[in-house]
Amino acid sequence: MTITELDRPAAPSLLSRMKPNLETLPTLAAVAIFIAMLIYGEIAYGRIVAFSTISNLLINNAYLIILAVGLTFVILTGGIDLSVGAVIAISSLVGVMLANAGWNPLVVIVLMILIGSVFGVASGVLIQYFNVQPFIATLAMMFLARGLASILSTTPQRLADDSVIRALSTQWKVYDGPKIDDLVTTPNVLIAALVVIVAFFMLHRTRFGRTVYAIGGSEQSALLMGLPVVRTKLSIYVISGTLAGLAAVVYTSKLGIAQNITGVGWELDAIAAVIIGGTLLTGGAGFVLGSVIGALVLGLMNVLITRDGGIPPEATTIITGGILLAFVLLQRFVVSRKRKS
Amino acid sequence: MAATAPAVAEPIVEMENISIEFPGVKALQNVNFRLFPGEVHTLMGENGAGKSTLIKALTGVYKIDSGTITVGGVPRRFAGTADAQSAGISTVYQEVNLCDNLTVGENVMLGHEVRGPVGINWRKTHEAAHEALIRLGLGDLDPKQPLSSISLALQQLVAISRAMVTDSTVLILDEPTSSLDANEVEGLFTVIRRLRDEGVAILFVSHFLDQVYAISDRLTVLRNGVVVGEHRTAALPRNQLISEMIGKDVDALNSLGSQRSRAARSGGTPYYSAKDLTRKGSIEPVDIEVHAGEVVGLAGLLGSGRTELGRLIYGADKPDAGVVTIDGKTAEVTSPVGALARKIAFSTENRRDEGIVGDLTVRENLVLAVQARRGWARPLSRREQAAICDKYLVELNVRPADPERAVRDLSGGNQQKVLLGRWLATQPELLILDEPTRGIDVGAKAEIQETIVALADDGMSVIFISSELEEVVRLSERIIVLKDRRKIGEIVNGPDVTAEAIVDLIASEGSGA
Repeated sequence: MTITELDRPAAPSLLSRMKPNLETLPTLAAVAIFIAMLIYGEIAYGRIVAFSTISNLLINNAYLIILAVGLTFVILTGGIDLSVGAVIAISSLVGVMLANAGWNPLVVIVLMILIGSVFGVASGVLIQYFNVQPFIATLAMMFLARGLASILSTTPQRLADDSVIRALSTQWKVYDGPKIDDLVTTPNVLIAALVVIVAFFMLHRTRFGRTVYAIGGSEQSALLMGLPVVRTKLSIYVISGTLAGLAAVVYTSKLGIAQNITGVGWELDAIAAVIIGGTLLTGGAGFVLGSVIGALVLGLMNVLITRDGGIPPEATTIITGGILLAFVLLQRFVVSRKRKS
Repeated sequence: MAATAPAVAEPIVEMENISIEFPGVKALQNVNFRLFPGEVHTLMGENGAGKSTLIKALTGVYKIDSGTITVGGVPRRFAGTADAQSAGISTVYQEVNLCDNLTVGENVMLGHEVRGPVGINWRKTHEAAHEALIRLGLGDLDPKQPLSSISLALQQLVAISRAMVTDSTVLILDEPTSSLDANEVEGLFTVIRRLRDEGVAILFVSHFLDQVYAISDRLTVLRNGVVVGEHRTAALPRNQLISEMIGKDVDALNSLGSQRSRAARSGGTPYYSAKDLTRKGSIEPVDIEVHAGEVVGLAGLLGSGRTELGRLIYGADKPDAGVVTIDGKTAEVTSPVGALARKIAFSTENRRDEGIVGDLTVRENLVLAVQARRGWARPLSRREQAAICDKYLVELNVRPADPERAVRDLSGGNQQKVLLGRWLATQPELLILDEPTRGIDVGAKAEIQETIVALADDGMSVIFISSELEEVVRLSERIIVLKDRRKIGEIVNGPDVTAEAIVDLIASEGSGA
């Protein structure tokens, strides 16, 4: 028997045609759910498939999309970042207070982003050089950031309406629809879109991105293959932190208020978005575009609940949990099918 | 001892006076090793001989304490695997180290993807992967198919293609054949020969003698961290190789006196007996009997099934079939808890990982098994613990005899004594010892051997597993010889039984096949 006989060509080629389907199945399911929700909403409440609704969905969830992109990097390596919600609180509080103190808004924006980066570096160093579990390291950073924010202020800080930072949420009318059904966008949405594009490029078109996937597949193998594991793992926490800083800018510009309790639980929303979007919590498989869909599913769910009026807001978390559970079960199913094949 | 070099004069890798020490173990001592371009060189040695340590020194996983490594005429100091790879040294490990969430092509090219103006050019990357696969005769393999969809044998070849993408001049294959069947091994050898003919230096590690003789041009034998021989494979008889691997540092051990022979115990039922004990992929049906007060040795090379048999008897692995009688009654031992309840104890060969708990004290290590058997709800009192410590620290001569010292700080020999004490404290009727004397100094070795003899004289049944045949012959009353996961013979010890006789038995059995 020669080597060429070793690989029975028929079976693998059939598998290879099935395999991508299995891998993209959770993401496709997220897309399907999103579309189903749109259709259901349109039929039940009306004015869901409309420019204004879609525009608002993107405008209101730009920060969540940015957070989800950051967490996609982290979760793809099999890690987790719990600090992003608290980082938003400290970053936006510092930003608003400095802006109100008369600092140059551009400097303030850069500083807000850098605050996120610093927390990311701290998490990364703890994880990589002090061998702390990602869960614990980022939990510590979450408490630290939240605590610092509370020291700064426990009352809402309002950003002056004429602040340049607020210009990021200026609504630009892209298409003038009938009545008030306009397609509008804001610089925030464009920032989120840019983040998604850059992240997609990094993950699929750079060696850095391939290393991220390789680490998620097997960190030990990645190390033995001579890939820059340490540098990459450090970088992904910096990326996640930096994007949390950016999300703080986006959120603050839209709301104009910063408070120490801003962003409680958002890290979990972002993680939910990533999981719903089809990224495996154990790492190694998933797509950044899936995370965007995941964030939009969560956003649309809130819209539908508001429109319905009959569902108590308290039920929102239960529904989020239910969707999340359904997706995790779907992933389990896919993984177990993969094992069998 | 020194073999003449192949036609090419300059070695591609030259390791001189390499020493590496771990706490309590001298893993390598002044090892010299040469590897030439265009040769397949096998590293031989039993467990703990230092093969993997040497490989890890060469691949940058371990830092060397002293010595020099020269690759292609340039002295090198590797700080990590990436360093070694950039020097042209690639390694394919026994456990395939690839990412099975990615495709074949992605794995081959990982870290070396072809890049264009807009990042990775996937078309060219897959083409390059395809070329690398063709070079190994794997042209039929689709680079876009997921790694997890191909067999382990193919994955191993993919790992080798990966090594070739980096233009490696040295390829290390660490036990690549251990999970392959005969056809797959042949396929692998075809690839190895092809690469050798292209001038790649190949360092091969395997426990299968037949494969070593089939593929390698030269070999280096290690024992206890020291090089004992460098040979041309064709010029080295098998039994000489085996005796070099297992060694005979007899002199210092002769204090124990002459070898034991079978006691007058012809009648009576054995304390433990098993018929057709078997587990798929681990060992083929074996019959074994152990009488009270008898030491039965298991002899065989690494991978012969000697450890597997021990684990089956202890229930650490669940047997597929077999009838076991203990003390005349039929019994089923399917878990270590069950074994302990039937007074069977097993001391592992893997002292550091499965045996002692380094961070705990000597006392805590000693009482571990007794406590486990009693159940954690009924902790041993301080006084009971102290009694156990006093008894075994003295009886086994553990130094320092300080029960509150962390076991990690003890020498290998004394760690082994603590481990032995832990099992003795459970007062077993049948004690299985897997390599109790490996990697420890000669003095401690003799003490442990004496203890084993004393235990048997007191009526305990002992199954003694060791890679050192001399030791097996000296201690055992009967010797069960294993090869390739099969029992190939059973020898009643006597004055005319020698380690050489067992070596000949192993070397001759089935070597022609």
